[in-house]
Amino acid sequence: MNRFLAIVRRDLRLALRQGSDSMMVVMFFVLTCILFPFGVGPEPNILARIAPGVIWVAALLASMLSLERLFLTDYEDGALELLATAPLPLEFVAMAKIVAHWLTTGLPLLIATPLLAILLNLHPDGFWVLVAALLLGTPTLSLIGAIGAALILGARRGGVLLSLLVLPLYIPVLIFGVGAVDAVIGGFPANTHLLILAGMLVVALPLAPFAAAAALRQALE
Amino acid sequence: MLRYANPNRFMRLARVLTPWSAGLAVLLTAAGLWFALVDSPPDYQQGETVRIMYVHVPAAWMSLFCYVVMAVSAGVGVIWKHPVADVAAKASAPVGAAFTVITLISGAFWGKPMWGAWWVWDARLTAELVLLFLYLGYIALIHAFDDPARGLKAGAVLALVGVINVPIIKFSVDWWNTLHQPASVVKMGGPSIDGSMLVPLLLMALAFKAYYIYVLLVKMRAEITAGKVRALRLRQVHGTA
Amino acid sequence: METASLGEWLDMGGYASYVWPVYGIALAVLVGVLVHGLRALRGEQTALDGLRRDLPSERESNGEA
Repeated sequence: MNRFLAIVRRDLRLALRQGSDSMMVVMFFVLTCILFPFGVGPEPNILARIAPGVIWVAALLASMLSLERLFLTDYEDGALELLATAPLPLEFVAMAKIVAHWLTTGLPLLIATPLLAILLNLHPDGFWVLVAALLLGTPTLSLIGAIGAALILGARRGGVLLSLLVLPLYIPVLIFGVGAVDAVIGGFPANTHLLILAGMLVVALPLAPFAAAAALRQALE
Repeated sequence: MLRYANPNRFMRLARVLTPWSAGLAVLLTAAGLWFALVDSPPDYQQGETVRIMYVHVPAAWMSLFCYVVMAVSAGVGVIWKHPVADVAAKASAPVGAAFTVITLISGAFWGKPMWGAWWVWDARLTAELVLLFLYLGYIALIHAFDDPARGLKAGAVLALVGVINVPIIKFSVDWWNTLHQPASVVKMGGPSIDGSMLVPLLLMALAFKAYYIYVLLVKMRAEITAGKVRALRLRQVHGTA
Repeated sequence: METASLGEWLDMGGYASYVWPVYGIALAVLVGVLVHGLRALRGEQTALDGLRRDLPSERESNGEA
């Protein structure tokens, strides 16, 4: 457990020392959302209609921004090899990095959500369900994304390839994430959607570190 | 299976099987097309557009079948280091992608006259689109590394992770009551579709299967031969030692 | 099947512009994939034969792909 936390702490320190990483993610999130009133016009009804979708798409893209470097810097400077030989199993190493990734992307996203809900005129009924859905969905995004991040180590055009690999797998999370908010705004219960999001998280929690570790081992061979 | 881990033994078998599978594919396609386009009745509700079904449904079945074959052989290749399995996975990907494209396009051409829309974000259509991206992602991934072996290993992880999409496609029409019609052939209690339509449907499905086997053999032989060419070129460069 | 004429058959009950493109596109895609595969096979075989001629001391190895 101590080793696990040590890796989490290390990654957090690295991310926050660069400082720009988390800031960049949140800024991207906010800026992307702000583009929409300019693009589709500021009419409140239209914004309210698209707000859940826009916020979720921006969350997806922002999550992907920092995925490429999840394992890459450690891979390139040899730290990953050392971690692989450490007593902590590679699956837990991957999990620790995923936790750190979420803390530096998913969590700031959640904190920025109230601001965006206001800017995009999100219907107030939908707000808490949006928060709940993001809370359940963003860790899944980090988990799935980690698989992609591990697969592209040493690949050409890794960044673009990562998007191609990861975005299709993100789509179900997006569908149910937006669906939950739309449901509750329309007066229907969002329980099914939230349950499915929770289910995806439960499935991804053991499987993603396992797959990511397998990919990491391939990269280190 | 283990006997054919030896590429040369596989090549000998493949060379023999190729013309037979080609012939079978041609025969089945001819028979399938005859029944699909000529010798079968129009549907009383859908009219002649039902003939689109004879392409759309077998193509959809193949898009799933090829993915499963690809994922399983990629898994076998990476777990048991079975070189022929690796080649089978790589060869299956473009064929599976082609069937997925045909499924999506034929579905659109069927949907327009039937539902009035070229595309809807129905669960099954969306999942099939995700399947296409999985295929394309797999193909991109295996070619993204300088070391082809590394590419195939990475691809295997992706293919296996994506397998979860296959049951989603199959059962989505049962779980979500949206637009796409539910299962009428492969379900409990047997097919509920009329015999005169079942014949062209199954013939086209068999024709597509035979085609797949034929193309798979051709592509696998090409890939294995390419491996030999690479090896010989290396030896040429380093001098005959 | 009782269509009276070729014209009627081609018309597909008015749905010709939907039915025929489907078969056409399917045919084009599948033939395209096949042709691509056959070309690749022929190309590799030619390359292999060429290399084997240039390296007559090479005996066919047994199992290395």
